[in-house]
Amino acid sequence: MIDRIPSGFHPFVIPFLAGMSFVFLYCILGVVKIIYELSWAERRKLFLSLINPKYIYKNLRDIFLDCLIHVKLWKRNKLLGYMHSSIAFGWFMLIVLGHLEVFLFVPGRINLFYYPIFFNYFVAEDAVTLRGSLLFFLMDFFLVIVLSGIILAMIKRISSRLFGMRRTTRPSVMNNIGLYALWAIFPLRWLAESFTAHISGGSFLTVPANYLFREFLGNDLNMLPTWWAYSIALGVFMFVLPFSRYMHIPAEMLLIPMRNAGLKIRSARKGFARVQVLSCPNCGVCIDACPMTVNRGNVKDCTVYLTRQIRRNNERRIDEISDKCLMCGKCEALCQVGVEGPNLRLMQRATRSYRISPDFRDIDTEPMIAAAQGSKVLYFAGCMSRLTPVIPESVLSVMKKAGVDCTWMDRDDALCCGRPLFTAGRIEEAKQLVAKNEEIIIRSGADTLLVSCPICYKMFLENYHLPGIRVVNYIPYMYDLVKQGRLTLRKSDVCYVYHDPCELGRGCGIYDEPRKLLGRAAAIAEADKNKVESICCGGSLGSLSLNFQQRERMTKAALDNLYTSRADAIATACPLCKATFARYSDRPVHDMAEIIDART
Amino acid sequence: MTDFGFHLSKSSQLDLSRVDRERLNRLYELEPGARICMTCGSCGATCMAAPYSGMSVRKMLLHIERGLDVKPLLSKCMLCGKCTMVCPRGINTRNLILNVCKLYD
Ligand code: SF4
Ligand code: SF4
Ligand code: SF4
Ligand code: SF4
Ligand code: SF4
Repeated sequence: MIDRIPSGFHPFVIPFLAGMSFVFLYCILGVVKIIYELSWAERRKLFLSLINPKYIYKNLRDIFLDCLIHVKLWKRNKLLGYMHSSIAFGWFMLIVLGHLEVFLFVPGRINLFYYPIFFNYFVAEDAVTLRGSLLFFLMDFFLVIVLSGIILAMIKRISSRLFGMRRTTRPSVMNNIGLYALWAIFPLRWLAESFTAHISGGSFLTVPANYLFREFLGNDLNMLPTWWAYSIALGVFMFVLPFSRYMHIPAEMLLIPMRNAGLKIRSARKGFARVQVLSCPNCGVCIDACPMTVNRGNVKDCTVYLTRQIRRNNERRIDEISDKCLMCGKCEALCQVGVEGPNLRLMQRATRSYRISPDFRDIDTEPMIAAAQGSKVLYFAGCMSRLTPVIPESVLSVMKKAGVDCTWMDRDDALCCGRPLFTAGRIEEAKQLVAKNEEIIIRSGADTLLVSCPICYKMFLENYHLPGIRVVNYIPYMYDLVKQGRLTLRKSDVCYVYHDPCELGRGCGIYDEPRKLLGRAAAIAEADKNKVESICCGGSLGSLSLNFQQRERMTKAALDNLYTSRADAIATACPLCKATFARYSDRPVHDMAEIIDART
Repeated sequence: MTDFGFHLSKSSQLDLSRVDRERLNRLYELEPGARICMTCGSCGATCMAAPYSGMSVRKMLLHIERGLDVKPLLSKCMLCGKCTMVCPRGINTRNLILNVCKLYD
């Protein structure tokens, strides 16, 4: 292999060079800006992780598996997984092998960073070697892989249903330009390399094409224009990259180390949040996932549109999107990149200013403390349970049967756990309630806090500081009682379908215990979408702006999903789910506590 | 003396000129549900803040429509959403409360 162009340069590389330099500069400035936006502690955390071998290994592994191979996508949808990894990994291999070729055959040119990209134009094959043919074979092989991915991408644009997606995003102008440039790059590369293959050599894909073209065209006049076109396609792609969804390629490489370093979203736009927003490739998985999009409604309020509007600084839409969400967490759970849709919205909600703010500091907690004292187990039912009094009654009855001495903390006067205020973005006000409740719980003298509402449970777990007190959800607690033999269940032949409440399932990761417990009391059937994919009942306090009619549609859709199990009755573990479902369900809706109470 | 809960009402007057129509219309725009309250009182019966500030969505709306101060009422609302759950008119009371907090002081 020898250098064919003595100067090692041709003007056609300029579009690529310009685009590449632009992206490079843009990313460097972006990283500086983002690092600057981090707090001092976050910066320290990030830098320390970057020099820690354990984290370095983890970062590299995650970048390889998530950005190149797209393992998470493979697990969810094989075809989409293949499409993405063939383009990403194939392209990556073309770049790596291109460098290897330069390194092996024309090592003097390794400092020219366009060389590996346009290698075939600049070299001539002087002798056929095994090494050369192997590399050429690999180059053609990965080009085929990428081309197959591109063809799939084109098919997906025409019919996303073939890929198991009911709805996909509507691309914006910049995304479209980027998309067409990306589609053009690889066919053009194939053409350019094919036109040059009789000089530079090639393999199974380029050599036959070269014969064919030269047979038909009889000259080499097409060679240079195709190289120009290839370079221009690359240049265009690079220039639109920062303004399109393709920004996710560089952004994700920053997202992964930041997430591994344990950074949290602290603002809706800055620092880690900005990286998350830029990392969204607009794959559209969150559209089908979102319970709000039932009957094609609210599609533009999904997380993918949130990231898009944040990038466009469209304040009106950002506010609307932030307020509507049920905060059910499904988009985040299914997102391949890990965009925290609900947290981004929470931070946006927290930026609101109000002229009236509640103030709970002067509420006298002494009577509540007195009422909470007396047992080692303190039971908190939550305000929502006042609309479903059968839940606390059943919990207390079960505890009595098991011989657990417990005191009901919020039987009379009580304060909310603070989660509704918290999810509305009124975080400071929520903290006042947290402080009040902490005082009551700690001074009650109990060592266990038993909670039957998953909304409160999540709040107690994540936002309360209760030293020496075990916070437990009633489901695992009851299951333990059953395992210890303190409760004996008689199995009925009613068949239940268990609805995973968002806050208990995705929110706290409790999926198995309810099923095990229920399995001892009744027959179980599973719904089509369950566990991590469970559909919010539509009653969630997370949403601020959804009205009654819109919620009704969501509740009915969630019920339809539960009906797919053909069970006789619905079991759930959340007072809000029970109240919401009971409104429209054509079969009985029971809380787990009721079922257990009836079967002991 | 034993208090039986009966007493003479203090003489009271409503100064409707204090009603800020413009702000009220803005509120109706932000939460159309504010117009369809039938003052049934379900929200007050379940309100978590009632023992502390006498809050109820019904009272809050009536106060606004009569030009009275709503700040003390709202000072203990925990946004718990029980009023939304029980409202027979399906009013999004939490959105209403948040918008009142934004518009009024
Ligand atoms: S937020 Fe996640 S799931 Fe939604 S489009 Fe972006 S990457 Fe895909
Ligand atoms: S949290 Fe739930 S409701 Fe909100 S956007 Fe995500 S999937 Fe939709
Ligand atoms: S009420 Fe139940 S299903 Fe609905 S948001 Fe809350 S936990 Fe989720
Ligand atoms: S949200 Fe506020 S007004 Fe409504 S019931 Fe709860 S405390 Fe009362
Ligand atoms: S429950 Fe609804 S309709 Fe009844 S008074 Fe309250 S807000 Fe009005």
